[in-house]
Amino acid sequence: MTAALPLVLTVFVACTVEAIEALTIVLAAGLTRQWRSTFQGMAAALVVLAVIVGVLGPTITLLPLTALRLVVGALLLIFGLQWLRKAILRAAGYKALHDEASAYLREVAAAKAAPEVAKRGVSDWYAFTLAFKGVLLEGLEVVFIVITFGDNQRDLGAAVVGAAIAVVVVAVTGIVVRAPLAKVPENAMKFAVGIMLTSFGTFWGAEGVAVRWPGNDAALLVLVPVVAAVSLGYGAWMRRTHRISAAASPKTVTSKAEGVTG
Amino acid sequence: MMRALKSFGAFWYDFVIGDDWQVAALVVLALAVTALLTHVAGVNAWWLLPLAAFAALAWSLRRATRP
Repeated sequence: MTAALPLVLTVFVACTVEAIEALTIVLAAGLTRQWRSTFQGMAAALVVLAVIVGVLGPTITLLPLTALRLVVGALLLIFGLQWLRKAILRAAGYKALHDEASAYLREVAAAKAAPEVAKRGVSDWYAFTLAFKGVLLEGLEVVFIVITFGDNQRDLGAAVVGAAIAVVVVAVTGIVVRAPLAKVPENAMKFAVGIMLTSFGTFWGAEGVAVRWPGNDAALLVLVPVVAAVSLGYGAWMRRTHRISAAASPKTVTSKAEGVTG
Repeated sequence: MMRALKSFGAFWYDFVIGDDWQVAALVVLALAVTALLTHVAGVNAWWLLPLAAFAALAWSLRRATRP
């Protein structure tokens, strides 16, 4: 179990971020519209996700480890760099911080404005589709992380445990609080996940093209802190350029980076 | 049908590639060069991918924030 702990923790943090975003959408649908259709939407999305895990998980395990590490390593590295990019831009002030409270208010406003239409045995189609899309889209990222990390470490069970704990913790907190989890340091968590995805992606991607890391698996113990240090350095660099740009032309400084989605 | 296919493709593009396709392209290029160095030149180029990742991130950040 001790060997699986880093895997469980990495998946747990990554999935917590996604679960918080899904919770915001579900709460907006449930509290503003009606819970019955919202739960139906959630359940439908969870069934689709379970089918994807059930089909993809074992299928990917059949691939040779080298090919698996190359493909998954490349995907994780691309994914990780995108997460780091967003987190650094947000931390530096180039891009607005992802604010669950304001995201919730936007969803509530849209949900209040939409008409109530019954369709295909669902009494409120808007609440159903809102919950379905929210859980499915955020859930897909969870599935991706669980399958890639689990299969690469040949320990899908530990990855599933990490994801399940994250989903249960966020769901229970959401039920107790009945409000979006705005106080969770989401950007810091995304930054941490970006570091882990980038490090593991680099490690596995290189192994996939037959590179031998100095120290073998122990190279990860160096790679993770190096990626963290470089990313923190980039964060400091971006904050400095933001301050300089803001002083030079206060109105235009966020215009380019704000266009970045997500 | 075409619209559904387009939005399906757009979703996966956004999901996998994200905001900056050039980062993805650089990662693939770096993996290809690493594979060449390892298999053809016999160089154990473990250092190349981390350096390429740091360079890609710096370049992407620079372009995103250029006034």
